[in-house]
Amino acid sequence: MSTKNEWPLWEVFVRSKSGLDHKHCGSLHASDSAMALQMARDVYTRRQEGASVWVVRSDQIVASDPDTKDMFFEPAEDKVYRHPTFYKLPADVDHM
Amino acid sequence: MSATTHSLEEIFQAKIDADVRIEPKDWMPDAYRKTLVRQISQHAHSEIVGMLPESNWVTRAPSLKRKAILLAKVQDEGGHGLYLYAAAETLGVSRDELLDALHSGRAKYSSIFNYPTLNWADVGVIGWLVDGAAIMNQVPLCRCSYGPYARAMVRVCKEESFHQRQGFDALNVMMTQGTPEQRDMVQDAVNRWWWPSLMMFGPPDAESTHSTQSMRWGIKRISNDDLRQKFIDATVEQARVLGVALPDPDLKWNEARQSYDHGPIDWSEFWNVVNGHGPCNRERLADRVKAWDDGAWVREAALAHERKKQLRAKAA
Repeated sequence: MSTKNEWPLWEVFVRSKSGLDHKHCGSLHASDSAMALQMARDVYTRRQEGASVWVVRSDQIVASDPDTKDMFFEPAEDKVYRHPTFYKLPADVDHM
Repeated sequence: MSATTHSLEEIFQAKIDADVRIEPKDWMPDAYRKTLVRQISQHAHSEIVGMLPESNWVTRAPSLKRKAILLAKVQDEGGHGLYLYAAAETLGVSRDELLDALHSGRAKYSSIFNYPTLNWADVGVIGWLVDGAAIMNQVPLCRCSYGPYARAMVRVCKEESFHQRQGFDALNVMMTQGTPEQRDMVQDAVNRWWWPSLMMFGPPDAESTHSTQSMRWGIKRISNDDLRQKFIDATVEQARVLGVALPDPDLKWNEARQSYDHGPIDWSEFWNVVNGHGPCNRERLADRVKAWDDGAWVREAALAHERKKQLRAKAA
């Protein structure tokens, strides 16, 4: 079954209200960006879930590889001194 | 090589056992992928075929309010189909392949939609019983081991609860404010939909072919019979409030089990409908295929328009 006549896939990101991040909420097929935005509104914000929508072509997203996840994220693992809990303070100033 | 595969599978199962979600690019056994594609796409097909029996009543709804509600519900079902198709596509199948499997009759959808909607009360009963049973099935899927499916189900469940309530509300209005004929209509619809609704939970545990493996993989969390029992126990009280009788003479409270006992389910009817011989199987599939074929020129025109815009942008 050929897929060359399928509309391209888009990823949808919705900001639920001002002050919050855009969050990935799903994907959809659309022939162009204007249609992708309209369909994202119709599909993902039917109950006022959104104050702003981003759409981006799925084939434009660059993702890290889950197979090298351990190696990729390992450098942060042994740097416990980046967390405040690493530092034991005298009881008097422990709320710092 | 086989040792490596073995350990990959062990790592995979260990993740499932530790309740870690599986994401699209993670390694997974082929059979897990296949099971998910089958289940998620069947689920997606059910959502969009489920629009057909209801759309029959959009133009016939008794008031503008009921029409607006029904339109919103039908639109939701289309959205639910989309969330689910998108989840299935993360497993490496295309939307066109999935739709082709539906349209050629290779893929199944929920048998409940092969029953006709004969009167307005049927729309209410679909909301109350059919969507009620669907919710009972879907809530545990929000904890499914496959991330995209679980996230789609969270969204679906959030939206679905209005579907059940609007159905109950429509029936309640007919029962409390309606004529004797309208009340009979409600009872008639309940009589026809009760048993098919119970069949929505699938065959009894002892005969359910996919259940054991799906449980081990964290795709299924609660057995068919347990979900069916939960649904019956919840529904009996609602039927009493509504003032309708459930068409099962053996339905009675079992003090020892703290649950309702029910009469035998006619599984030959279930298999007959699954195998294509229900009242509306042919009509539903024909409507789907017609909608897809009639829309072909729109899909092609939209693509041609986009290509033209791209060419123009390049030339400028």
